[in-house]
Amino acid sequence: MSTHGHDSHHATTTSSGTFTRPLIELRLRVNGIDTVCVVHPMARLLDVLRESLHLSGTKEGCGEGECGACAVLLNGELVCSCLVPALQAMGTEVTTIEGVAPSLATLDRVQQAFVDCGGAQCGICTPGMILAAKALLTRCPQPTEAEIREGLAGNLCRCTGYTKIFSSVLRACQADGATTEGGER
Amino acid sequence: MRIRPQGKQPRQAEKQPSHSRLAGARPQETDCANAQLDAVAATQALTQGGDSAYDSGVKIDAEASALRAYAIGGSPPRREGPEKVRGQALYVDDLPADFYGTGEVELVHGVTVRSPVARGRLRAIGFLPGVPWDEIVVVTAADIPGQNHIALLENDQPCLVSGLINHAEEPLLILGHPDRVIAERARTLVRLEIDPLPPQLDLDDSLRRGTKPDAGPNDVIWGKDNVFKTFTIEKGDVAAAWAGVDVIVEGDYETGAQEQLYIEPQGMLARVRPDGSVEVFGSLQCPYYVHAALMAVFNLPADKVRIVQTETGGGFGGKEEYPSMIAAHTALLARKAGRPAKIVYDRLEDMVATTKRHPSRTHIKTGWRHDGTLVVQDIDFRLDGGAYMTLSPVVLSRGGLHAAGPYACDHVRVRARAAATNMPPHGAFRGFGAPQSVFAIERHMDEAAAKLGMSEIALRKKNLVRDGQTLSTGQVLRERVDMRALLDRALALSGYEAKRARYDEENRRAAQGQGGMHAQRRRGIGVATFMHGAGFTGSGERYLASKVTVDCDATGQVHVRASSTEIGQGTNTIFTQIAAEILGLPPDAITVVRPDTSQVPNSGPTVASRTVMVVGGLVARACQQLKTRLVEAGQGMRLAAAGYRPQQFRAAVQAYLAQHGTLSVTTEYEPPPDVQWDDKAYRGDAYATYAWAAYVAEVEVDLVTYETRVLDFVAVQEVGKVVHPILAAGQIEGGVAQGVGFALYEKVAWREGRMANGQMTNYIMPTSADVPPIRVEFIEVENPRLRGPGGAKGIGELPLDGTAPAILNAVAQATGLRLNQIPLLPEDLLAAYARAGLENG
Ligand code: FES
Ligand code: FES
Repeated sequence: MSTHGHDSHHATTTSSGTFTRPLIELRLRVNGIDTVCVVHPMARLLDVLRESLHLSGTKEGCGEGECGACAVLLNGELVCSCLVPALQAMGTEVTTIEGVAPSLATLDRVQQAFVDCGGAQCGICTPGMILAAKALLTRCPQPTEAEIREGLAGNLCRCTGYTKIFSSVLRACQADGATTEGGER
Repeated sequence: MRIRPQGKQPRQAEKQPSHSRLAGARPQETDCANAQLDAVAATQALTQGGDSAYDSGVKIDAEASALRAYAIGGSPPRREGPEKVRGQALYVDDLPADFYGTGEVELVHGVTVRSPVARGRLRAIGFLPGVPWDEIVVVTAADIPGQNHIALLENDQPCLVSGLINHAEEPLLILGHPDRVIAERARTLVRLEIDPLPPQLDLDDSLRRGTKPDAGPNDVIWGKDNVFKTFTIEKGDVAAAWAGVDVIVEGDYETGAQEQLYIEPQGMLARVRPDGSVEVFGSLQCPYYVHAALMAVFNLPADKVRIVQTETGGGFGGKEEYPSMIAAHTALLARKAGRPAKIVYDRLEDMVATTKRHPSRTHIKTGWRHDGTLVVQDIDFRLDGGAYMTLSPVVLSRGGLHAAGPYACDHVRVRARAAATNMPPHGAFRGFGAPQSVFAIERHMDEAAAKLGMSEIALRKKNLVRDGQTLSTGQVLRERVDMRALLDRALALSGYEAKRARYDEENRRAAQGQGGMHAQRRRGIGVATFMHGAGFTGSGERYLASKVTVDCDATGQVHVRASSTEIGQGTNTIFTQIAAEILGLPPDAITVVRPDTSQVPNSGPTVASRTVMVVGGLVARACQQLKTRLVEAGQGMRLAAAGYRPQQFRAAVQAYLAQHGTLSVTTEYEPPPDVQWDDKAYRGDAYATYAWAAYVAEVEVDLVTYETRVLDFVAVQEVGKVVHPILAAGQIEGGVAQGVGFALYEKVAWREGRMANGQMTNYIMPTSADVPPIRVEFIEVENPRLRGPGGAKGIGELPLDGTAPAILNAVAQATGLRLNQIPLLPEDLLAAYARAGLENG
């Protein structure tokens, strides 16, 4: 992320009063839809998703790869979108939280399990946590609690103490892959 | 109570054989049978009522089960859960500029220019070239139309500094530009001319210098003596009591600043309407605190300021005071820019600039008889309040009132002081002073046990308070209190006694080099017994006079209006449960209105674990009165006490509205007549009721890395009626995890009064790999005097009090060291070993 000027007393002078903002045409597939947008090559994927594509389900908690609130799947791999420059996302396939539920009326089994088991409290970590859980379950369909702890260790949650998140993931494994009704509850 | 009609018994009995034949189908059949009974009862109620507008029994089944799930004590799904798991919930940074119909597409992004020094005088501000300054909106103190302060207890904190700087990162000016990158760049191009002044960065130093006879202007930095508040609790005769003791135990205890570290950083969106009224949307806990602050800053009447809470990504106290500051800045920027403005902090700014848990120092001296009887407690409790008062006096109160612990003692003195320093103001954080003082007394209990040669369990059991006995303020416990039962349960669940003995033996052998492959490993198990006062301290609730409104619209929809915010703890769900249960309606028939000062009355702040007990109680009473009003209105829609259908309710509401125009009930807090508190003397009923708990932690210390891991955690508590078991357990688990951080991980590195580690990479909170298995158990004690809905007490803050001392008591067993400071990071443990080595020669 850009570091900002807390050290304003150390400010330096630059001669130019304007910014040149070279732009690129970024093509990628987001939640199954081919997308083109014009962005700065070093723009963070996080900002591209939130600002250019209005997919605000991806959150920013730290901007430096520590909290996982910005997690998305990039070609199926869990990444922190705050650390991915737009250029690097060129031609990739991205899944955000908005692309997880199979329809407007249904929830994915992981989403449903988070609702049922109390895995979401304030909800700010939840999109990233659900994508991390999905990545984990793809790698390891029947994880032990230790594997869940390990698999989610890159996603911080300040509310739950993680316990209900573990039970949500365990519940999702038991839900045998079927999607469940209840999205409009 | 409902009496089952005689005639139904045979039908139930007839069902029995089929149950045993079809064991697999049993739960469903039972449900079905109950639903049928409910249907019959409903039909009877209707028939008696003479109303025939209802439909088939299938519908009744669905409704009946929805009603059961939402009853108090059930665990229905979180109401806003689906939006949250879909990523559709809108937090402040997710709002488009035209949110709530602002009609503007382009907004201005604000950034805050802050003080680089802890104390000084701002002489001049310059703007260096490098950005188009003519496009940048600059807001200074001169742009404030009303008062330049953030209204709270004492109006000492400026909104923007106009002369004297009192802490590092204090806001000096706001810059705004439609392009956030340009605004950020501009922030680095502001040149500040500041005359630095010597800061006071230590709380005891500040207390000493504030009262010394020749104190000069650099000694006294606040008021006349640097003291925000001081009080003394006195019980019995402390001076005389020492004569009757056999053993005296003395110790000093310290706790550090802790960052709330909600994962959503703070932020606000504001606009100023053509008539000059101000609207702010944002991440906050207490809409009416922000409301009061903006009325003062803008010099506007109440109806010209509107505050709306957006979905809030955690608060923990951190979004109690500081949102007023950000709201004022954002609204000032919107006013000057003439378009909506937004300020969202990044993590670094949020960490270095906003409030943290008050650092504390406690000195405890106790006197005991040989048999372990606690005779006298003399406690000195000090908090570092930082540069401005904010809520320090109230935090100090709660800390002081919990300082003596849940023990019966005839002679107690607690002297409490909150000092001003040039640190950024410390503020509310879950627990609110109690985690600090409870840490001290619970560590002290273990030290006293060691000195008396007793087990820490026996010592606690001997002295734990019972009903009928008094706390330090002389408050007589009229509710049933059974701390020993809680302690016994926690010991049994954790296998405490056996492990304690085993670890003593293993650690001794390991120290002698007989530990084999585990020679570098020490283990320990520790306990803490404690209480937490529910609701506001003393007369707080009386002054606040909270209100709740429940009303119905023409479709029969019930609206619950309260300023209590959903910050993850479950307000929406629990208020729905309370209203659904009392009105006998399905959850869909109930809307919990988003906190918006133009839509909800002032139910007080969302703090002090008061939402369910106090505000939930008001919701319950309002629903009860609404129902009574409908019943009494007559008009042929007979809503008997039990057994009516939602359609009937709707029809009753519509008939009522046709005749009376509106159907709305507002309830106001009524202080329980038997709760008496003397604010001046600190005597009486400090809290209407308490939650009680016993926690056990098990740890392993690695003597190569000096890392401490919590292996297991047991949390047993009595919190009255548990309204929603899943949410309640979630509160305890989350609080325990924060307590683990408070004890072992979360250390603010202060450099010249500024937080030097304001990032998640160097300020470490527990991850999923660090948190132990947490076993939570609620014990319900029959308690006729309980006050909340169905007898619920507060719950949210409790787990922060006992977690850290239980862990440190375990580490003390593991290491054999006196460890009286938290956080205890590996380097601190290493230093403690080094000190112990020196002491032992
Ligand atoms: S915002 Fe990307 S990891 Fe925290
Ligand atoms: S639910 Fe709030 S941070 Fe995880």
